[in-house]
Amino acid sequence: MPVTLNRASQIKEIPATDPRLAKVNLAIKQYQRRQDALIQILHTAQDLYGYLPLNVIQHIARELKMPPSRVYGVVTFYHFFTLKPKGEHMVVVCTGTACYVKGAQKILDQISAGFGLKVGQTTPDGKIGVEQARCIGACGLAPAVIIDNEVIAKVDATKIVDMIKTKVGAA
Amino acid sequence: MNIQTLNEIKAKVQARKAGLKHEVCVCAGAGCISSGALSVLEAAKKQVKDLGLEKEIEIIPVGCMGACNQGPLVKVEPTDTVYQKVSVERTPVLVERHLQHGAIVDDMLLFSEPGKAASSKKASELAFNSKQQKIVLSGCGTINPEDIEEYIAADGYFALHKCLTQMSSEEVIGEVKHSNIRGRGGAGFPTGIKWETVYKYVSAEKYVICNGDEGDPGAFMDRSVLEGDPHRILEGMAIAGYAVGANRGFIYVRAEYPLAIKRLEIAIKQARKLGLLGSQIFNSEFNFDVEIRIGAGAFVCGEETALIASVEGKRGTPRPRPPYPAQVGVYGKPTLLNNVETFANIAPILLKDGEWFSSIGTPKSSGTKVFALAGKIANTGLIEVPLGITLREIIFDIGGGIPGGKAFKAVQTGGPSGGCIPAQHLDTKVDYESLASVGSIMGSGGMIVMDETSCMVAIARYFMEFCVDESCGKCIPCRVGTKEMHNLLSKICEGKGTLQDLALLEELAPYVKENSLCGLGASAPNPLLTTLRYFRDEYIAHIVEGRCPAGECKIAKPAASLGAH
Amino acid sequence: MANLISITIDDKKLDVELGQTVLEVARKAGVDIPVLCQLDGLSTWGACRLCLVELEGSPRLFPACTTPVADKQVIRTQSEKLNKYRRMTVELLFAERNHICSVCVANNRCELQNLGYRLGMDHVRFPYLTPECNVDASHRDFVIDHNRCVLCTRCVRTCDEVEGAHNWDVMGRGSNSRIVSDLFQPWGESTTCTSCGKCVDACPVGAIWRKEAGQSQLAKHPSMISELVAKRKVKS
Repeated sequence: MPVTLNRASQIKEIPATDPRLAKVNLAIKQYQRRQDALIQILHTAQDLYGYLPLNVIQHIARELKMPPSRVYGVVTFYHFFTLKPKGEHMVVVCTGTACYVKGAQKILDQISAGFGLKVGQTTPDGKIGVEQARCIGACGLAPAVIIDNEVIAKVDATKIVDMIKTKVGAA
Repeated sequence: MNIQTLNEIKAKVQARKAGLKHEVCVCAGAGCISSGALSVLEAAKKQVKDLGLEKEIEIIPVGCMGACNQGPLVKVEPTDTVYQKVSVERTPVLVERHLQHGAIVDDMLLFSEPGKAASSKKASELAFNSKQQKIVLSGCGTINPEDIEEYIAADGYFALHKCLTQMSSEEVIGEVKHSNIRGRGGAGFPTGIKWETVYKYVSAEKYVICNGDEGDPGAFMDRSVLEGDPHRILEGMAIAGYAVGANRGFIYVRAEYPLAIKRLEIAIKQARKLGLLGSQIFNSEFNFDVEIRIGAGAFVCGEETALIASVEGKRGTPRPRPPYPAQVGVYGKPTLLNNVETFANIAPILLKDGEWFSSIGTPKSSGTKVFALAGKIANTGLIEVPLGITLREIIFDIGGGIPGGKAFKAVQTGGPSGGCIPAQHLDTKVDYESLASVGSIMGSGGMIVMDETSCMVAIARYFMEFCVDESCGKCIPCRVGTKEMHNLLSKICEGKGTLQDLALLEELAPYVKENSLCGLGASAPNPLLTTLRYFRDEYIAHIVEGRCPAGECKIAKPAASLGAH
Repeated sequence: MANLISITIDDKKLDVELGQTVLEVARKAGVDIPVLCQLDGLSTWGACRLCLVELEGSPRLFPACTTPVADKQVIRTQSEKLNKYRRMTVELLFAERNHICSVCVANNRCELQNLGYRLGMDHVRFPYLTPECNVDASHRDFVIDHNRCVLCTRCVRTCDEVEGAHNWDVMGRGSNSRIVSDLFQPWGESTTCTSCGKCVDACPVGAIWRKEAGQSQLAKHPSMISELVAKRKVKS
């Protein structure tokens, strides 16, 4: 895939009426505009927007008086931060060692077969997105999958597609 | 806050507990919560209230009780009874038979099976528990992590008081040195010497940082302590601050642990309210407070200098050492960085003395170690054992052996930095030196058991893929070397590898090990090196025969000539 | 008189001042240690690992650019192992991205090429990774070609420490790392770049170059960076 750079024309100013912007500004203020609080402020912003839009990153860089490339470098270094909106329903498959040994790959294969999704992809209608986590710490209950923030333990790979369909349908 | 108040709180809680007919502890570690423990907790509380028994029966959430495979776990005192797989449906049975009428429910006991009774009705006598010794985890599973008074009743903050009122900084460091405790994050550096090094640097500003990044996949020891006994960490950090001369601390917790973050926030609030964090603690001249810093998904930030960069809001890339963080740490100031489990040992050591701690374990590896047992093993979960116990005892006596009648193949210790230990070394003692002698490391405590159906080439590839994903990209050996090694291992797993590829791997491994800037790169080749040392035949089978002996790798039908050039 | 200590470097005994790095001391003694991410006038990065040396008494290798000299240190800058490892580092750099010397503006004036010659690297044993990298020619005067970048970050440090503009930084991590301008935008749209051109002189290879340079014609003056830093110090 060819590399596509971001254009300034894509980065529109955040409307002042956006209530989430006020919360981001509050977080910046609570951290006293300290540059070392950047990661904590980015967490707050992502919790509010679901991802980190470019104009929010630009806004934070301005408010903290940091060069935009430095903030962009931090955002893209850490896996937790995402520049793209996630799907409406997120499925996170744990691929930590214990889950791997207990068959996490089979679960991913089933999801791929059932929805046509690989890790990091979202269905065309944006309803379901798939991510992997390197270890969510529920190793005693491997393999584990999180669907919309609910942890499902000892997942049966053959049942995962139906499980996801049920939860997404019910929501 | 003073010693009288501490003693009053302790006495008050102990009196209340003594007057109970039953204390019921419902495991509320993240694992059991995902199995429905909170619903069980609510259901039990409601039932007890409906029966009008809340004054005699106290039901509290507690930290991880260890037998994660059998959760949700519920413990009933004073009979040391632990029940397994407690569901909302079966909770009324428990409440009615045991809590109301005092009769143990045999078929719900921990490690009972359909048609086979548990080997003992007392949890401490079960094989899973009898070989364990809980120091780090003594609060997990016994106290409510969201209630500071229960921590105090378990002698919490008494060690801090002793240090601030009866001991000098040098004496505190002396006890830690005397205990011989070694850093539990994985490197095993003598903690007392680290403290002394930071202490010796003269600076008005010093910091204490708790490394709660726990990035090893398969490790959840630190998580359990942070969720199950957060005050233990606060007290350990405060004692450390007093010892080295630091007034501010950071607890760096990975973002993937929201429950741990929540419990820490509650604990910090409670400690501040009682004056156990803040200024002039116990009316001494010592001020100490902590701030939580959330990580954002970078395994490399478990490395000291990368963690410090992250605390400073930067990309988490490590820097060359010397200078060490003890001299130049966060904001350029002397910084003491220790792992969660290391800090969890501090209050117990100072409450008793270093001599007591050094008498546990082995002379060079004193104390206990928490391990997260996972993989192909009957009893997955969290255990704490004295160092010096053998791998065999852990895997077969405590862990219950390999399920499904399969044969043990190897155990991976130390996560992606460690190695796979085969059956011929099962009687190796679990201590720093012995594990290193068989090619692995102690690591942070992850212990993954593999059986005959696990392919060792695939596991080497799995860990190398992890390193490729987590490499920060700063230095060439790790950034490019791990990628090349991963590509070669993938080729071999797919049955397309050649002997030339194997030769390149064996050329790259020592290069990456010796040339990398930090521990991530330096230890990335370890799983590859140990699997080559003990399971070379599997590599050869993949390459020369196009066959995966364990039957795990999907290899397409071999072409006419295979890579034997 | 500053503190003097005794060290041995490649069997040469020397008395040197405390507070210097092994690299500084080596250079003064006429011992040439290969470097790539190090550039006088900039902070140290310690990432290329070409300057690793052996210190007697330790099994580890130490980067000469950041390791301070200490009393009675015995330093070895050349050995069969060190030379083998340096050659491998250069091999991996060539395998990592898409380096085609014959069409490059820096041909015959390139630090990566020079290292290859110096270390006797005449072929690359490792499979080429051929990543997808772009060429950004949007700036009026300059071009950045990521196919040739070795991630030494000399451009990042120069722009941040010497010019103060901080146009460049690094995005992503591991082998996905890339040098970026602002929010991963075309250089020509940068709101921070002052078009000073210092990064051109700092870049050791043909990744950043002036538009008027043709093949093999790019003339760089990396020593200008340290000269500028020294001149600015005297003024303040």
